Amino acid sequence: MKKLHKLANPGKFYRLSEKILPWSNLLAISLCGLGLYLGLFVAPPDYQQGETVRIIYVHVPAATLASLVYAIMAITSAISFIWKNPLGSFIAKAAAPIGAAFTIIAIITGALWGKPTWGTWWIWDARLTSVLILFFLYLGYIGVWQIFEDQNKAAKAAAIIALVGAINLPIIKFSVDWWNTLHQGASIIRLDGPSIHSDILIPLIFMWLGFISYLISVLIIRIQSEITLQKIRAIQIMISEQK
Amino acid sequence: MFKIFLSIIKRDFKLSYRQGNTNLNIIVFFFLSISLFPLGVGPENELLSKIGPGIVWVSALFSSVLSLDKIFQADYEDGSLEIINLSVIPLEFFVLAKALSYWLTTGLLLVILSPIFGLILSMSSKGILYLTITMLLGTPTLILIGTIGASLAVSLKRGSLLISLLILPLYIPVLIFGVSAIDASINNVSAKPQLLLLGSLLCFSIVLSPIASAAGLRINME
Repeated sequence: MKKLHKLANPGKFYRLSEKILPWSNLLAISLCGLGLYLGLFVAPPDYQQGETVRIIYVHVPAATLASLVYAIMAITSAISFIWKNPLGSFIAKAAAPIGAAFTIIAIITGALWGKPTWGTWWIWDARLTSVLILFFLYLGYIGVWQIFEDQNKAAKAAAIIALVGAINLPIIKFSVDWWNTLHQGASIIRLDGPSIHSDILIPLIFMWLGFISYLISVLIIRIQSEITLQKIRAIQIMISEQK
Repeated sequence: MFKIFLSIIKRDFKLSYRQGNTNLNIIVFFFLSISLFPLGVGPENELLSKIGPGIVWVSALFSSVLSLDKIFQADYEDGSLEIINLSVIPLEFFVLAKALSYWLTTGLLLVILSPIFGLILSMSSKGILYLTITMLLGTPTLILIGTIGASLAVSLKRGSLLISLLILPLYIPVLIFGVSAIDASINNVSAKPQLLLLGSLLCFSIVLSPIASAAGLRINME
């Protein structure tokens, strides 16, 4: 617990993240490169879907990260709200646009994939709709940060909204089980093992890890700039008080 | 505790009765937005009876979102919110009382009037019955969820757009189950699962949304 407290200090986090950043950059580039090569050139086309199955290598990592980033946002918001920790709200604030971007990527790639396989760009089934709601929740969360002038108030208000919106996460996860959807059910994380052939699964895992490393890189850069921004604000206040 | 709870409700009743105007405006808005749909999609009875439940529900969502941003505004501006915050009654109870009195003065009117809207949209009698039941179960949930957004935006001058952005996504489950219950009843399928889900959403929001709204109000009073 003490170690966690040390980590929660923005300055400490900044120095630690400086060390992580080059590695996560390297991992993101190499894993995504490897995953894309395996997925686009080595893996065979699907016997039913043909070449369009290759969209999976972008769609699935983006879609899982869209939910994962919201979960990160909700957890760090809760931490910042309960323990009044500034770092938690920095992380949540930094994560929101990234999550929104992943969500829109998942929706667009899903539409591109849906056209040839389902015959429609969009359908109002539970999975698609709940992911669309996720996108709106991200937008609302970003909106809260922008509309409050007092950043402390904004942090708390945004934390509440992030926590309330977290109720959507289980709905997204289980939407394919609860409703009869066109979107297929879970096919990777299952009790009886993945139902995807390993030729497709292995590049997918590489891509997924690559996306995670990319997420860590962008998150670190955004949190660092947020910490720096707060420092600049503090310095500006100090200068104006001295005058 | 319960006495204060009742007195808050009483006070809100008096206020809304003496101002009168705002609540009436909500009803007029609701009525107007419903009557715009036949003009927009064409007045064929068959089409209207099919999309009628959706029209009434979407109009209910919009009218509650548009009016809710003022629910805590007056109390915040004249300082009575601070007094209540310092008093023995927890802010959560205050939120619950406000939501209840707000529902009794506006939501209940929508519920009572919804059979008329069902008739206008040429829905079947069974559809109208279920429209009324789902509105009865759904409108309190809408108001309770809406208090969360209203509490966060209470200190903001231009908060109403933010409220709709925050609240409308959270309204979607109520909309889905409300409309699908009516559709099920029209198609002679049991609407029980949807009604149970609507009821559970109501229970959830009675418990959880006062907590979130009270936290939101406290942020704005710091």
